Order: sequence, then structure tokens, then C-alpha cells
Amino acid sequence: MFHREAGVYKTSYAADMALYPLPIARWAVAALAGLFIVIAPLTLGEYYISILNLILIACVGALGLNILVGYTGQISIGHGAFMSVGAYTAANLVTHLHAPFWITIPAGGMMAALIGAVVGIPSLRIKGIYLAIATLAAQLIIEWTINHVPAISGGVQASIQVPRPTLFGAPLKTQTQLYLFLMAFVVLAVVGTSNLIRSRIGRAFIAIRDQDIAAEIIGINIFRYKLWAFAISSFYAGVTGVLYTYYLGIANYEQFQLTVSIDYLAMVIIGGLGSILGSILGAIFVTLLPILTRWFLEDYGWLFFSQGDLLNAIPNLRLILFGGLIIFFLVVEPEGLNRLWRNIRNYFRVWPFSY
Amino acid sequence: MPDFEWQFTLVLLTNGVMIGLMYALIALGFVLIYKATDAINFAQGEFVMFAGFIAAGAADISGAPFWVAAALAIAGMVALGFGLERIVLRPLIGRPVIAVVMATIGLAAVLRGVATMAFGAGTRAIVIPVSDEPFQFGPVMLPPVQLVGAGVSLVFLAAFTWFFLKSRIGIAMRAVADSQQVAMAMGINVRRYFALAWAMAGIVSALGGIVWGGMLGVDNQLALVGLKVFPVVILGGLDSILGAVVGGLIVGIVENFAAGYFDPYVGGGTKDFAPYVLMILVLMLRPEGMFGRRRIERV
Repeated sequence: MFHREAGVYKTSYAADMALYPLPIARWAVAALAGLFIVIAPLTLGEYYISILNLILIACVGALGLNILVGYTGQISIGHGAFMSVGAYTAANLVTHLHAPFWITIPAGGMMAALIGAVVGIPSLRIKGIYLAIATLAAQLIIEWTINHVPAISGGVQASIQVPRPTLFGAPLKTQTQLYLFLMAFVVLAVVGTSNLIRSRIGRAFIAIRDQDIAAEIIGINIFRYKLWAFAISSFYAGVTGVLYTYYLGIANYEQFQLTVSIDYLAMVIIGGLGSILGSILGAIFVTLLPILTRWFLEDYGWLFFSQGDLLNAIPNLRLILFGGLIIFFLVVEPEGLNRLWRNIRNYFRVWPFSY
Repeated sequence: MPDFEWQFTLVLLTNGVMIGLMYALIALGFVLIYKATDAINFAQGEFVMFAGFIAAGAADISGAPFWVAAALAIAGMVALGFGLERIVLRPLIGRPVIAVVMATIGLAAVLRGVATMAFGAGTRAIVIPVSDEPFQFGPVMLPPVQLVGAGVSLVFLAAFTWFFLKSRIGIAMRAVADSQQVAMAMGINVRRYFALAWAMAGIVSALGGIVWGGMLGVDNQLALVGLKVFPVVILGGLDSILGAVVGGLIVGIVENFAAGYFDPYVGGGTKDFAPYVLMILVLMLRPEGMFGRRRIERV
């Protein structure tokens, strides 16, 4: 991630596919792990850790959406709904069966994967904008169903209380404990995604994205792989939903509405389509955007707005920035933050002695 | 009480037709853009809301009379259409579908933010100069606002049908939609027609905003009517004006019947749900809609 080579010296496919292209990459990963697993929880306050937790949760969801949108080239505006499927599956398992997290998280993921695959079925016949609209319909229908079927939503206000997960008999009380818990899932998601992409399935996804007719001609069963893409992406979404439910302590469909789907699409676009690092950068960026906007306006907002307007201005300014940034990245840098990062790296590749 | 049943059905049907025609007006803006530029506009609801805000704001803040406010809204939306095409959509020509979809989603967020910031979060009213007294047709009561809305819709749907069939500009637009390369070879300035399509969508959205704003009042919830556009255009066909009318009518009728007959059993909200179920069925069985052009590859 941080290493630099002076040129391309790879002579085999195995070298090209390696997770650690250079020995120093191991050290870079170790250093990052040390920074985020040891130093960050020890030094940061509870509030900052809770923000980091939000980012971690978003990372899992953004990675999942990027598998579908970035790697397979299918559009989905229903990611938020798949998250709600996972969330309510887990919440019901916890309230009715007192299931521990190592059951609820896979179960939520599987349920979301199942629903996601069903939603993906039309992708056989339709694509592009039609698929976008079909997934939008799925989002609205799932939202409505959860809200109107008391057996799923637990009745009053469609929300279910969920206690924090317990690890070795002790509940995870503080944000820092939750942080480490979530971090484990992010690491799993990152490793899982990068291995998926390097495997046969991942290559099939990329082939479908780049040219679906050609992919079919070389023998890829397009329908099956599109369904896989929907299922895997929804699995990630389901897990995200469960994690978010544990984080909030309540499963509520309002946390998974259309705007959430759009937030995740924005993460993938701003971060960079078809890139793992991009998903993470996008998750960080989109999660921090409203928080930073609020901090900035709380400190300096009086320069531009009167006290009364300020409360009104914060969410609106956030919307404007959010939409504006999506458009900006689409028009100016379609490959997103990931590309910006690569540009910076390429600049420093031969840095003091560039010619 | 069969007599009562019959009247109830009639009321639902007429309301459905009225609302359906007003949906058709909004869907028309969407169809215009898709027909001419192949772009899908996820910000159609926000266009309508923004136009409503301009009209209501002009009347509220500066006390402009209704016609001036309406003219202002139309002018503003035409300018907005031209501007957006130039800044946002033109750089995205030739890029994947998702780029355009996301750009219009981003646009929707910006428009919502700007409108609420500029005009405040409260609900504003657009006072359409017609009487409040509902017309009575047997058991059916029709508010004049709805009649005006339905009338405006019909007039403009007819006008645009004529425009695309007979006028020189309309024929050029159809040519652009058919094949941009061939249109260029025939000496048509493709970019200008793209801009024109967005401006026309702006006009239609302005009318939609005034009519819908007059009925519901203007706040940022008005943008939610945009969500109804998708079932309408999928049912009718993405590139068909006639399809927008028929799709609008079907969606209007279906949602009124669904709300009338099912809401008591499931506790509300069927209105927003039923059109989407219908839409999924259409997508599965006949994705190009009733009157759309068949252009779907099966891979």
C-alpha cells in the first residue's frame, strides 16, 4: 500500500496476484495494524472511537457494494434494504432465541444474501437503468414489508431492542471493546474481498463487467455469476446491518432507508469503483462528511448564518456538499479517491530523481 | 350495501384518473430527457420540488401575482435545465449508465439542500386562482385544483405529442435519440438538442411543480412524487409520451384502489407500495413497457 517500486519487475502471474507484492508490504500492513488495533484504542477518547466504529461498519457495507457495482458492473439502489434484512433477522434471533453474535451475524448475512439473490434474478433479463429501477423497487418494497409485518418488525414503531454482543461471557460495554470487535469483521471483509477478487469467481465478475457478451462466449455462466455477485454483496450488507444494529442497540428500519443506499453508492463512487482501498477511503469520507460539516459549522457557522438559521443550515449544507462531491468526482475524477491516491504514489515513485 | 360499494369504486376511479394525469405530467419530463438524450433522471422529483419552491417563494416573499410567479418558475427551470446539462450531464456523455444515474442522484441531493436552504423548511402554499368549491358529479367530488392539474397535463401531453411527430425540432430530437452518429451526419447539432431536451424537461417540471404544489403545498416532501415516476414510465415505456399518459393513469388508478381496499387491513401505506409491485411484474414480463421501443439485450 505504501511501498514504492521503481518499475514493474513482475515476471509471473503468481507474483502479480500476491497479496504482499514486496516484503515491505508486510511491514506496512503490520504498521497499520499496530496503529489501528493497538495505538488508536489506547489514545483516542470514547467519542472519537464511536466515530471510528461508524466508519468500520460503513467499510464492510461499502466493500460489499463495490463487489456488485465496482467489480461486476451491476447497479443496486437497494443496499440499505439488504442491510435491514440482516438487521431484523439478527434482532429476531436475539429476542426469540437469545442467539449469540456468532450465529446472528452469519444468519443475518445469509438471509440478506437469499433476498439479494431473489432481487438479482431480474438482472438476467434487464440491465443498466432497468436494473437500477428494479433494485429501487426492491428497496421500497422491503422497507414497506418490514414496516407493515409485525412478525418481522416486532410491532411498535418497527423497532427491536438488541443487547450488545457478549464475548466469552462478558458483554462488550465500551466503544473501545466494540471497536476491536468491529475491526475483526472489517479485517475479515477486506481479506475476504481481496481473495474473492483474485479467485475464479472474482475474475468472472470482472469479465462480466468489462464485456458481458464476451464473458458469455468464453464460457462464463452469466446468470449464475450475477446472482453470486448479488448474493455476496447482500451478504456483506446483511452483516453490516447486524453490526450496525449491535452498535445502535436497536433494529429500526428508519436506519436503512433509501438515503442509506444512496450513501453507500456515494462511498463506492467517491472512493473508486472496483477497488478495495477505494471502498475504505469512500467509507471514511462519506461517514466523516456530515460530522466534519457539523463541527465546522458549530465552530465557524456564526460567521455565515444567524443562530436560528444554523440548525437549518447544517443538514442542508451536508446535502449540498454530498451531492456536489458525487457530481464532482463523476465529472472530474471518475476513478475516485483511489485514483488520487495512486496518482500521489506514482508521483513519489521516482520522487527525488524524476526526469 | 351494493349501491355504496359502487359509489366508492367510482370515487376511487375518478380520483385515480385525476392523480394519474398529474403523474403523467411529471413522467413527461422524465420521458423527454430519456427520449432525447438516453439519460435517466433520478432528480425529476427534485426538479418538480424546486419549481414549486420558486413559484411559491416568488409569491410569498415578493408578493408576485400567480401568473408572474408561474412564469418565473418556468423561466428559472429552463435556465436550470440548460445549466445542468452544460455543467453536469455533458461531461458524462458516453460514460456508463451508473455514472449518469449517480450524477442525477447527486443532483437531487444538491437541489434538495439548496431549495431548503434558500426557501426554508416550512411548507409554502401556491395559490392557484381557481375557486375552492369542489365540483359535484353525482357521488364524486372533484376539487378544481385537481381538474386544473389534469387539464394542464392533457394539454401539454397533446402538445408534446404533436411536437415530436410534426415539428422540425421534434423530428430532429427523435433522430438524435435514434442514433447520435447518424443525426450528426445529417447536420443536426446534437449537443444543442441535448440542452433543449433538458430545458423542455425544465418547463414540464415547472408546470408539475405548480400543479402539485398547488395541491399538496410546497416543502421538501414534494420531491417524493418523483418516486412515482418510475412505475409510470416503466409501465408505459421509457421513451413513449403516450406511455407516460397510460402508465400515469394505471398507476393513479391502481394506487387509489389499493389504498381504498387494502389500507384498512394492513394499516396504511399501500398507496406507495402497490405501484412498485406492479412495476416489478412489468419488469419481469415486458421490461420495455407497453409502448416503449424494444431495445433490451439479453445477456
